[in-house]
Amino acid sequence: MNAPTHSDVRTQGSKTTRPRKAFFTPARLGIYAFLLSVAAFFLLPLYVMVVTSLKTDSEVRQALLFAWPAHAQFGNWVDAWSTACIALTCDGIQGGFWNSVRLVVPTTVLSVLLGALNGYALSFWRSRWGNILFGIMMLGAFVPFQVMIYPLVAWFRMGGFYNTYWAIMVVHCVFGMPVMTLLFRNYYVAVPQELFKAARIDGGGFWRIFIQLMLPMATPMLIVATILQLTGIWNDYLFGLIFAGKDNYPMTVQLNNLVNTTFGERRYNVDMAATILTSLVPLAVYFFSGRWFVRGIAAGAVKG
Amino acid sequence: MMSTASQGARKRPHRWQFAVHVALQPLAVTALLAYVGSVLWSVRIAFSSSKLLPRSDWVGMMQFERLFETERWIVSLQHMGILAVVYILGVLVLGTLMAVFIDQQVRAESGFRTIFLYPYAMSFVVTGLIWQWLFNPTLGLQNAIRQLGWDNFTFDWTVHPESVIYAVGLAMVWQGSGTTMAILLAALRGVDDEQWKAARLDGVSKPRYYLSVVLPQLGPAYATAFVLLAVALVRTFDVVAIMTSGGPGDASEVPAKFIIDHLFGRNNIGLASAASVVMLVTVFTVLTPLLYWRARVQAQQRAGH
Repeated sequence: MNAPTHSDVRTQGSKTTRPRKAFFTPARLGIYAFLLSVAAFFLLPLYVMVVTSLKTDSEVRQALLFAWPAHAQFGNWVDAWSTACIALTCDGIQGGFWNSVRLVVPTTVLSVLLGALNGYALSFWRSRWGNILFGIMMLGAFVPFQVMIYPLVAWFRMGGFYNTYWAIMVVHCVFGMPVMTLLFRNYYVAVPQELFKAARIDGGGFWRIFIQLMLPMATPMLIVATILQLTGIWNDYLFGLIFAGKDNYPMTVQLNNLVNTTFGERRYNVDMAATILTSLVPLAVYFFSGRWFVRGIAAGAVKG
Repeated sequence: MMSTASQGARKRPHRWQFAVHVALQPLAVTALLAYVGSVLWSVRIAFSSSKLLPRSDWVGMMQFERLFETERWIVSLQHMGILAVVYILGVLVLGTLMAVFIDQQVRAESGFRTIFLYPYAMSFVVTGLIWQWLFNPTLGLQNAIRQLGWDNFTFDWTVHPESVIYAVGLAMVWQGSGTTMAILLAALRGVDDEQWKAARLDGVSKPRYYLSVVLPQLGPAYATAFVLLAVALVRTFDVVAIMTSGGPGDASEVPAKFIIDHLFGRNNIGLASAASVVMLVTVFTVLTPLLYWRARVQAQQRAGH
């Protein structure tokens, strides 16, 4: 488990070179039947969501869940984005989208850099205090969020920045720190100490070695960590609800408000369009980053 | 590994020492204040009579006694027990099957992997809304299947108090199985193929080979998957809050939601803190032996190689 991220990618393709077995044996058919039905189970909700979002109101009322709409149209998506009502304001979900962007970009950068700095300091500049702090942090990763929420709220209130942009940013950095630190610590522990010593003999100081040597060297880890934080923060609901305040509600919170607190008749096609819009960013990251995303899971799993 | 750095060129140790201390400040503040400090304060509040604001009196176990006399809390714990079976067991079984079947040199392997894992990339909010929609008795899956001619098909679990928690469990299995599959698949690829050749010569069938030879070797991977699932189970809030709001009544209430409700909606931080301390103790009681066991097995495996 020391370097799961290296072995992971290598092993996944390792069996493709072997000759394939005959396709039509009963056992092979059973395997494919199982895999295809499970795939159907996973895809069905996505299909229903997309199809519903393209239907007109009357088509939705017909309750033909699987039917392709007679005239597929993106009007619901436009409504969900710009005119659907959340409580009394009817600006759609676009405000939430921009709130999420404003939050996710700087917070991801900050928490990844903090994780890299921690990992670097802990693996090359060992100190007893550093290791104790690291141990505490790793235990902290298992503490249920609920235990920490009230004290954090109370402290933020005392500091006068509860329900602000800064509160939600700090919270994501705090809760992301164990995994971020662990990722980079495991990465840097595998780097030969000789390299580090050479940099020191060349007169590099603490910060210069970090910025010019260690940070660029850890590019694969930077990518994995960024994907992990970007999707994690984008998908968060609970912290956004508690810490961000109304003006900064992220897209997930706005989505729930749009769907579950509307007055009058619910428009499921608009709800589904808003749901798709909310998951577009993480889904795009997932589909385009492919193996990097899986590496993130493997790396995050080390904590567990 | 000893601290080799300290034996290297040491020009201005004090300045470096200073830089390291500065660099570790965010870690120190987070670990000591946000983690240790907040946990200690929550424990302290749990032993006070705090309601809307924290009080500094001392009431012993009063909040815990009241907590376990609260019907809603007991029900939440029972639901977590059901979810522990439906969600953790469901994900482990489905994840194992998916990983083993994908490991049979199938075509379009990466396609299957992508499909099995994509729900994990989406927010629990999205998961909750999709399944809320599918379980809608008039517009969802039930009516759609009935219109296809299968008149007695029922898929309205979210309407009935006795079945709603299983609906939540199903949505959670849908969201989480891919991760476990990915962890188990990575471990399967580390199993030595020579064992299958030897087993086949002995006349062992493939299912038997997996059950008695391969799966026992995946112990640490299962421990990892289990820990991740257990932590996720305890944190379960979003999917319930969005899919059912804990209802109908309190038929899908869960501990995490109980705590958040009492912190914010019901302004009873004493009771909420007592509940969160119970969760904390439970988590560490379950996970400590498991993590200890996994560390030992992994150390043995490393030594064995």
